Amino acid sequence: MKQFIIFIRKEFWHVFRDPKTMLLLFGMPIAQIVLFGFALTNEIKNVNIAIVDQSGDWAAQELIQKIQANRSFSQGLLLNSEAEVEEAFRQGKVKVAVMIPPNFGLDRRRTEGSQIQIIADASDPNTATTLTNYATAIIQDYQKSDLLPGQGPLQIETQTRMIYNPELKGATNFVPGVMALVLFLVGVLMTSVSIVREKETGTMEVLLVSPFNPILVIIAKAVPYFFLSLVNLTVILILSVLLMDMEIAGSLGLLYLSSALLILTALSLGLLISNSTASQQTAMLISLMAMLLPTVMLTGFMFPLENMPWPLQVISNIVPSKWYYIIVQAIMIKGQGLASVWREMLVLMGMTTVFLTLSIRKFKTRLA
Amino acid sequence: MEVRVEHISKRYQKPELQALKDISFEVEKGELFGLIGPDGAGKSTLFRILTTLLLPDEGHAEVAGFDVRKDLRALRSAVGYMPGRFSLYQDLSIEENLRFFATLFGTTIEANYDLIKDIYVQIEPFKDRRAGQLSGGMKQKLALCCALIHRPKVLFLDEPTTGVDAVSRKEFWQMLKGLQAEGISILVSTPYMDEASLCDRIALIQEGHILSIDQPKGLQEKYPRPLFALRAQGMNQLLDSLRDKPELASVYAFGEYHHLSFKEQSPQGMEALLADLRSQGFQDLEAHSIEAGVEDCFIELMQKSDGSSN
Repeated sequence: MKQFIIFIRKEFWHVFRDPKTMLLLFGMPIAQIVLFGFALTNEIKNVNIAIVDQSGDWAAQELIQKIQANRSFSQGLLLNSEAEVEEAFRQGKVKVAVMIPPNFGLDRRRTEGSQIQIIADASDPNTATTLTNYATAIIQDYQKSDLLPGQGPLQIETQTRMIYNPELKGATNFVPGVMALVLFLVGVLMTSVSIVREKETGTMEVLLVSPFNPILVIIAKAVPYFFLSLVNLTVILILSVLLMDMEIAGSLGLLYLSSALLILTALSLGLLISNSTASQQTAMLISLMAMLLPTVMLTGFMFPLENMPWPLQVISNIVPSKWYYIIVQAIMIKGQGLASVWREMLVLMGMTTVFLTLSIRKFKTRLA
Repeated sequence: MEVRVEHISKRYQKPELQALKDISFEVEKGELFGLIGPDGAGKSTLFRILTTLLLPDEGHAEVAGFDVRKDLRALRSAVGYMPGRFSLYQDLSIEENLRFFATLFGTTIEANYDLIKDIYVQIEPFKDRRAGQLSGGMKQKLALCCALIHRPKVLFLDEPTTGVDAVSRKEFWQMLKGLQAEGISILVSTPYMDEASLCDRIALIQEGHILSIDQPKGLQEKYPRPLFALRAQGMNQLLDSLRDKPELASVYAFGEYHHLSFKEQSPQGMEALLADLRSQGFQDLEAHSIEAGVEDCFIELMQKSDGSSN
């Protein structure tokens, strides 16, 4: 037992004394959260909007105030003519424009109604669609509030309700994704170099010529990274809650339990890589090249798995982070309990067992 | 017998290489046994077999009474091994390295301090310094301490003095003598012939087989012919010219001199050779009779084995 403890202590020393490892271990999650949270966001905020009011009546003023008050749009550029709008688009001053026609206040009460034109810069089609949707929503909202009781045009309204994430916050999508990505990749990468490093520096030769149990070598290698990954998880969660207004709907305990499971899967895969390679470079290359791309592509948070051709969907089943992503979404966002995630957790457990058994089998008690 | 090696052979697959051919020898308790041979002779392979790191293809070997194939765990606790390359944790301090290895072997620094004391006191002032920042001599002392901390019965030192300055080398051999007095059997390999005379017995090893096993004195006494050292101006031309002389049994460069011996022993041999060389225009010729050293013996045995195998 004493041997086991000093071995773990030694592993901690290795981590804490290597600035590169520390940077990778703790810098990566923070960088990812900040990147996805602020730079790579697909939420739209404070877009420049142009408003042309050709009616000048009270009703138009009310609508304009509503638009200006919306978080998605900036104060708004008040223009006088279509020509000015065109100029503003050309100069890139605005992304979207709203044209309120003459006699808006009167026409809107008539049966034919009134028409408001929305013009969007479609050089980025996705943003354009989103912006027109936002603008339409504001106008419809206004229309409803404007109706006198018992009065109103006959129309069929579609009601869309966004459940789990009514505000369509981007964070709910990327936080589970970042958790899956970071915990899995960091875990694999860290452990994949750990055993092979001892082979490379020759310390494995000395370790082997000791009565220390090889299985304990493997376990002791994983223990520090297990705890550091849990710290990592905590950092990610704190950042998401404080910075991204993310809420954790389900049980925190279950979230940690399932995360611990994914970390174990990652660590045992890393150990397997470490036991199967001869140099740190190869180990690093395998864990980065062979892991990064499938993890990013096939976890489901960058690109929806449902849209992929079936061979990729099949392959995605062997990507551990895919299962974890499903679990985290269920717990964190939908607030579901163990009853709905036990299958995914079993899959992760199975993977861990396979990886660990293989790496213990592959561990050589001699040099060749 | 602390070490018994019987007909050990080892072949590597990639690259195809017969590393050891039918090696047999024995080492007694408390003996300082040297394996002397050039790089690639098979010394490290032999050490790795005896420390259970490699399996031999053929043959049988026992260390401290344990079989190298079967008694893996017991053998590993009974030996200390210092690989040829510095193999401690560079990012751990001297004390941390030592404590780690002590604990790994289920003991403490304090329990065996008397054994390593003489060596450890020399590096103790720097005990908080990381191993990676130590000089070659200090690294070697630390590695020796770590190999000794569990009081092994047999110590394997693979080229411990390679890359170490002359003063540290001398100190190191004194330390080994001290350990020998504690009853530890020591197997040490070295490419330096001058260190051979410090061993109780030496095995000369070349291309995977042992040329001779003897005490250094005994080996030197067995040198078959009187040996001479010769010097003149223009050593390269002198060597070329000597190699053409049919009356010489051996000629080779040896430091500042060339060493040579005659096929036929006669008192006038050297005089005749010197006269011959003078007539060829060599100046400042200086010759004297010498006793054969370990290296001379090694060269002689190497040539003999080359002659027999070709």
